[in-house]
Amino acid sequence: MRGKRSLFLLSALSFGFAFLYVPMAVLIFYSFNYSKLVPVWGGFSTRWYRVLFESEEMWAALTLSLKIATVNATVATLLGALAGLTLSRAGHFKGRTLFAGMVSAPLVMPEVITGLSLLLLFITLSNLIGWPSERGMTTITIAHITFSLAYVAVIVQSRLAGVSQDLEEAAQDLGGKPFRVLIDITLPLLMPALAAGWLLAFTLSLDDLVIASFVSGPGSNTLPILIYSRIRLGLRPDINALATMIILVVSIGVFVAGWLLLRQQRLRDQEAQLATADSNGK
Amino acid sequence: MRRSMYSYPLAKGWVQKISTSWRNVMIAIPFFWLLVFFLAPFLIVLKISFAESLIASPPFSSLLEILDDGTLIMRLAYENYSYLWEDPLYVRTYLNSIRISTISTILCLLIGYPMAYAIVRSPSTTRFVLLMLIILPFWSSFLLRVYAWMGLLADQGTINNILIWLGLIDRPLRLMYSELAVHIGIVYSYLPFMILPLYANMEKLDDSLIEASADLGARPIMTFLTVTLPLTVPGMVAGSLLVFIPATGEFVIPDLLGGGNVLMIGRVLYNEFNANHDWPVASAVAIMLLLVLVIPMMIYQHSQSKQAGN
Amino acid sequence: MSHGANHMTQSEPNRRSEPLIKVKGIVKNFGAFTAVDNVDLEIYRGELFSILGASGCGKTTLLRILAGLESPSSGTVFVDGIDITNLPPYERPVNMMFQSYALFPHMTVAHNVAYGLKRDGVAKPELWKRVDEILDMVELSDLSKRKPHQLSGGQRQRVALARALVKQPKVLLLDEPLAALDKRLREQTQFELMRIQEQVGVTFVVVTHDQGEAMTLSDRIAVMDCGRFVQIGSPSRLYEFPKNRFIASFIGSVNMLAGQVVRCDGTLCTIYIPSHDSHFEVEHGEYLDKGAAIWLAVRPEKIRISQTSPTSDMPNQILGIVDDIAYTGNMSTYRVRTEAGDVLEVTHPNQSRAKDSQLVADWGDTAHLCWAPSDAVLFSE
Repeated sequence: MRGKRSLFLLSALSFGFAFLYVPMAVLIFYSFNYSKLVPVWGGFSTRWYRVLFESEEMWAALTLSLKIATVNATVATLLGALAGLTLSRAGHFKGRTLFAGMVSAPLVMPEVITGLSLLLLFITLSNLIGWPSERGMTTITIAHITFSLAYVAVIVQSRLAGVSQDLEEAAQDLGGKPFRVLIDITLPLLMPALAAGWLLAFTLSLDDLVIASFVSGPGSNTLPILIYSRIRLGLRPDINALATMIILVVSIGVFVAGWLLLRQQRLRDQEAQLATADSNGK
Repeated sequence: MRRSMYSYPLAKGWVQKISTSWRNVMIAIPFFWLLVFFLAPFLIVLKISFAESLIASPPFSSLLEILDDGTLIMRLAYENYSYLWEDPLYVRTYLNSIRISTISTILCLLIGYPMAYAIVRSPSTTRFVLLMLIILPFWSSFLLRVYAWMGLLADQGTINNILIWLGLIDRPLRLMYSELAVHIGIVYSYLPFMILPLYANMEKLDDSLIEASADLGARPIMTFLTVTLPLTVPGMVAGSLLVFIPATGEFVIPDLLGGGNVLMIGRVLYNEFNANHDWPVASAVAIMLLLVLVIPMMIYQHSQSKQAGN
Repeated sequence: MSHGANHMTQSEPNRRSEPLIKVKGIVKNFGAFTAVDNVDLEIYRGELFSILGASGCGKTTLLRILAGLESPSSGTVFVDGIDITNLPPYERPVNMMFQSYALFPHMTVAHNVAYGLKRDGVAKPELWKRVDEILDMVELSDLSKRKPHQLSGGQRQRVALARALVKQPKVLLLDEPLAALDKRLREQTQFELMRIQEQVGVTFVVVTHDQGEAMTLSDRIAVMDCGRFVQIGSPSRLYEFPKNRFIASFIGSVNMLAGQVVRCDGTLCTIYIPSHDSHFEVEHGEYLDKGAAIWLAVRPEKIRISQTSPTSDMPNQILGIVDDIAYTGNMSTYRVRTEAGDVLEVTHPNQSRAKDSQLVADWGDTAHLCWAPSDAVLFSE
């Protein structure tokens, strides 16, 4: 039955994808508009790209965002991996329920609440111990790590749930001490999950506006904060150009990743087919 | 003989077998982080929501006070909560948020369900490409996706321009700064969150169940109603909650597309805090929002752990 | 190509009437791959018919075409004289028991069984009466309120059977009905299936890869390979008179020797086997040309084994050394390495419990093998 799609399903699919992609196409289209008024076509031009590239404010915001995203992704992957690993493989320990709750709660916590509560924490801390003396890159990074690590932990947990403990037990049976098993068996198995987690944490951080705008200080504008402050006032062609650049980078990334995944899967299928052919061979 | 060296119950995790101190360190690092940066901030919000608003820095009263005679007293101000309850603005805003995110969730379900179903029914390579196309917007900027709709819905926006050019209307329709715009924004931004759990659910659905139903005499519509639909309830629940929960507390979409006309709680909270500097009221608003969402959040957690258990 | 001792006919003479199922020229292509390659088949009312083959031979595709779950690229399917080729599965007088059982996980046993009757619009009292009866027959009345995940494998299998049978189909299709059960249960269930089939009188078409299962269950078996039927016949016919080497080695085990025809006197042929540099005699039904290349096949249980030399007038003698013995309780299988270097399999029943006489020969003993000319079969390819 698979492969049969009714007319209704096909039109639902077409409508859905049109809904998802037409707005982006329009956005990209107007980035090449000469006119300063976004929806009024004034002829083809790349001038807004020049404006974008020449904007120092934009570069500063991008650099800050990339710095935060990189540190965030790395620390969140480390902490998230530890959390996921201990939750799925460490059996029972004191406070496990609280720990599991704290790991998964940030996933569903509304951003405004996370942002507000972290800001109030930073203010309280700075009144009590004088740290952080000012809000900016550090506070944003800490805030991002806190919710990103939850995503990484979930990915790691679901990956480990799909990996039988037999492998780890077999390694121990063959003489591997627990720490070696972690290095030799568990970590390699976790690599795809860690890579996915790192990427997700990186994007989540680059994308976050609400939490960052709560815990940022004066002069620490991340890219989303800068974009937001501009588009609040209306449509701007240089933002269209920026959106086009972002969509381009993401599309290239997703297509390369997708192509690699697809190729890997095909290769595996082929090898499996060869292997069965071999064993059936006369 | 290795077994005798490690005599522990097999069912338990192997991380246990790492010497206790190492294991404790592994647990302690993320645990401590979350205690400080997740649980503590939340308790602070709870505390401040019971404080009084002051024009000072910080702009709220302390709950604990040592009087001149040395006695410690604790003052809990319930005014913030009764204020929320008495001011019709807040009650209306909460109800409005729930209504808007409910409608948007239903729209997401109506659009997402057939899409997920069509993707599952596709040949495997097509399925992979379609899934990538669903995920792609998720990796690009959320803010800019909302911005894309600003360009479409504005008075001088693309949709109005096209309608005028076609001669269907004389003067622009008011699309921006309306509830409709907020619905579109939410559905557009959160559709992938609906489709992915639905897809995961449908993909696990055994094809032979559908075939068995047909074999036993059910027409396709009947098979859908009696077999497919009931068996995809977990996916519908997960997807709906993944849309409903963040949509209820949404700030960016009502702010950019709804303007002042659409009251949603996330935006009120943000303004209460940043514009009015009323921290205790903002905290109380946050706690109330959490109370509104705690039931859907628990349902979601429960359904996730149930799925993990299967 | 048949060189069987009797002239084989495709189907045997149990034609009680017109066939119930008539399959004509069915072809099924999946892209460039042909799963079913121009197949004809007739199955009679009340038969328990098996389609036997290795995985990927096209047997499941053929079954799914009968059920209407797959439409053939060409060809027609008749049931009871009516062309059902283009009927969707939900309009066919045919039901299927799926390999995975495909029990609806969100319905109780009773509702699973009632599902098909509800779709047919059977009225309530009648519907539940029939459900009760069929659950009684498969001995599941006590479990009717349970969900599938609360049942054992054997119980699920019986629910699947009841669900398909309650609609009183003209034909019940069973896709590997016993594959998911463990060995002991499988053996019990085989007889259970045969009992139920006799009781309800419905025509069963079973797809299986297990030749033992097919042999036990079936009135007739069709052996399938590469999308075609190789031979159709009763279990004993397939075993004793296989049509070619493929059938001989697919059903049961067989020893195969390559040789040439030296002469044929009426029914008795003399075969020269070069590897053994000796002559063998075989009762064969047909005349074979002198010098024709031939395979001589003899089943392990047809070979007599002893440590003493048989009288010299016995034909077909081979001398060898016992390489290996596999004791399986009721019998032992001896692997005997001949002087020519090849290994022949011989089975011998363990008729006595006495420890020493249990084995006719021990590891490393010299063994004399021989068989009667009528116990071997010749194949031309």
